[in-house]
Amino acid sequence: MAQVTLHEVSKVFGRLKALDRVSIQFEDGEFYALLGPSGSGKTTLLRMIAGFEILDSGRITIAGEPVEDKPVEKREIGMVFQNYALFPNMNVFDNVAFGLSVRGTGAAETKRRVGESLELVQLVGLDQRKPHQLSGGQKQRVALARALVTRPRVLLLDEPLGALDKALRVEMQIELKRIQRNVAITTIFVTHDQEEALTLSDRIGILNNGRLVQEGSPHEIYERPTSAFTARFLGDANLLRGTVRNGFVELADGTRLSSAMPPGAEGTPVVCAVRAEKILLESAGGEALGQGENELPARVISHIFAGSSLTYLVGWRDETLKVHVQNRGFEVIPEGAAVRLSWPTGDTVVVQP
Amino acid sequence: MRRRYTLASFGRFYLALMLLFLYLPIVVMALMSFNSSPFYRLPIDWSLTWYSALAQNSRLIDAGLNSLWVALATTGLATVLGTAASLAFFRYDFKGKKVLQLLLFPPIAIPWLIIGTSMLVFFFWVGIGRGLHAMVLGHVALAIPYVIIVVSARLRSFDPHLEEAARSLGATSWQTTWRVTLPWTAPGLVAAALFAFAVSFDQFVISYFLSTPGVSTLPVEIYTAIRKGFTPEINAVSTIIIAISMALLLGVARFYRFGGER
Repeated sequence: MAQVTLHEVSKVFGRLKALDRVSIQFEDGEFYALLGPSGSGKTTLLRMIAGFEILDSGRITIAGEPVEDKPVEKREIGMVFQNYALFPNMNVFDNVAFGLSVRGTGAAETKRRVGESLELVQLVGLDQRKPHQLSGGQKQRVALARALVTRPRVLLLDEPLGALDKALRVEMQIELKRIQRNVAITTIFVTHDQEEALTLSDRIGILNNGRLVQEGSPHEIYERPTSAFTARFLGDANLLRGTVRNGFVELADGTRLSSAMPPGAEGTPVVCAVRAEKILLESAGGEALGQGENELPARVISHIFAGSSLTYLVGWRDETLKVHVQNRGFEVIPEGAAVRLSWPTGDTVVVQP
Repeated sequence: MRRRYTLASFGRFYLALMLLFLYLPIVVMALMSFNSSPFYRLPIDWSLTWYSALAQNSRLIDAGLNSLWVALATTGLATVLGTAASLAFFRYDFKGKKVLQLLLFPPIAIPWLIIGTSMLVFFFWVGIGRGLHAMVLGHVALAIPYVIIVVSARLRSFDPHLEEAARSLGATSWQTTWRVTLPWTAPGLVAAALFAFAVSFDQFVISYFLSTPGVSTLPVEIYTAIRKGFTPEINAVSTIIIAISMALLLGVARFYRFGGER
C-alpha cells in the first residue's frame, strides 16, 4: 500500500511515441483507472510500473522509492492479467501460494495466508482444482487472490474483466470494488471500457496517443470534459462548432449557446460538447420554432431502440446529433417530424477541439 | 456410402501393406534370433543359442555399452544445451536471431557422410582426435538442432504471460524457469531427449569415422561383424535393441499424452 508516482515518463517504440512525458500521482489506497482507446499507451504504462517495459526517460517511484532500475520481482507488486495467466500445472492452492513459496514462507504461514486470501475473494473449497476446471469468474478470483497474497504495495490490473461475459462482468466489478476497499491497496486499472472505469474508480486518467489528456473523478471527467476527445470517448457527446460573441457561443446559424463557464475571448472559434442524454427533445408540431438560448430546431432522421432508452438521430443543418430519451412509454416520434432540442445552461461544455 | 466402404477397405489393405513392409523384416529377424539353425532353416528350431553366444561375445557387449554411454551423454548434453537455446529464442529478441534459427536446419539436411568427414578432419586439426569423447561431441552437435526444434514447438503454445505472472509474484528468472516454464515444457523435453538418444544410438556414419580400432559403438561393431561373416548373434542383439526401444517409445507416448493436456 503506497503512493505511486510517474514523472515525465516517455517511451518510444521504433518511430512510435508510445508514451509522451506522462506524469501521474496515484494516491495511497486509491482506485485509479487508466482509460483510453487501444494504442493509447495505457497498457505500456501499466507494464512500465510493473517493470516489464523499460522506460526511455522519466521517473517512477513506489512509496517514494525510485524503481526504474529494479527488476519486476523486486518491486513488490501484484498483477492480474487479462487472460488470468494461472499456472496450468498447479492447482488453485499452489497458484495462490506461489508468491509465498518463492519467498520461502513456511508451510503453516503459507496455509493460513492462502486461506485468508481465498476467503477474501470468496473462493473456498476449490483448493485442489486445476485452472482448466474453473469457470471464468473463478479464474478471475484465483488470479486476484494470487496477486494479493504477497501483500503487494500496489495492485495492477490489465483489463481483468475483458474476457468475461456481461452479467459476470458486472458481478465482478462489484466484487473487485469490495475487495479493493477491504484491503485498501493502491490499485491501477487499465481498461478501454468507459462504463467500467466510471463504475469502479476513484479517479480516471484518459490517455490518447501516449499523452495524458485529462484526469479527475468519474463525475468531473464525465460532466466537465476539457477536450473534444474526452467528450466523445466517454459517453455520447454532440460537438457543436461556434465562435465566442458577447459571452455566448454563436453557432453558424446564429443560435446562441450559453455555458456555465465563460467560453473564452471574444471572436475565438470554440467547440461545445452537449451530452446526448441532457438534451430535451420535444415534438414541435406545426408551430414555428422559437429560437432561444441553447435551443435548436431539428428533424428526426431515425431512432434506435435499446430497451431502457431510445436514441434519436436528429438532423440540424447538415449535422447529425444524438439524443437519448428514457423509455417511459412515450409515443415514438416519427421520422421527418420537426422537433425542438433544448438543454440547461450548465450542460453546454466548452472543450478544446 | 458404398463408395466410402470401398475406399475404407482399400485403405485398410494399404495400411496392412505398409505395416507388413515396415515390420516384416524385423519380425523375421526376431524369429530367426530364436532359431538354432544359422542358415534360417525352417521350421524354426526354438532355442536361445544365439543369446547365450551373445552373452559370451565381449566385443558386441562392450560396443553396446559404449553406445549406451555415448547416447546417454549425448542425451544429457544436447537436451540441456538445446533447451537453453530454445528458451533464449523464446524469451529474447536479438540481432541475428532469425539467421541463427535458419542455421539450425542445414545440419539436419546435410548428408552425414559429409558431416562425418568434416568432423574427422576438424577434430584432428584442433587436436581432439578420435574416440568416444569425439563421438559424444559429434553426436551432441548433431542432436542439438532436433532438440531445439522439438522444444521450440512446445514453447510456441506457452503463454508468455505465465512467466510475467511468476515474475510479478516475486520469482527470480531462475525460479520462473524452473517452476513455471520447464514443467509446462516437460513433454517436449522428454520427446527431445528421446530424439537425441535415438540420433546418437542409431548413428553409424559419424561414429564410424570417429571410432578408434577396438573402441567402437554397436552399429559400427555390427557392421564390422557382418563384413567378416554374418552370425545370428546379430539378430539376437538387434532383437534386444528393438524390444527396448519399442518399450521406451510406448512409455513416452503415454507420458506425452498425459503431459500434453493443459
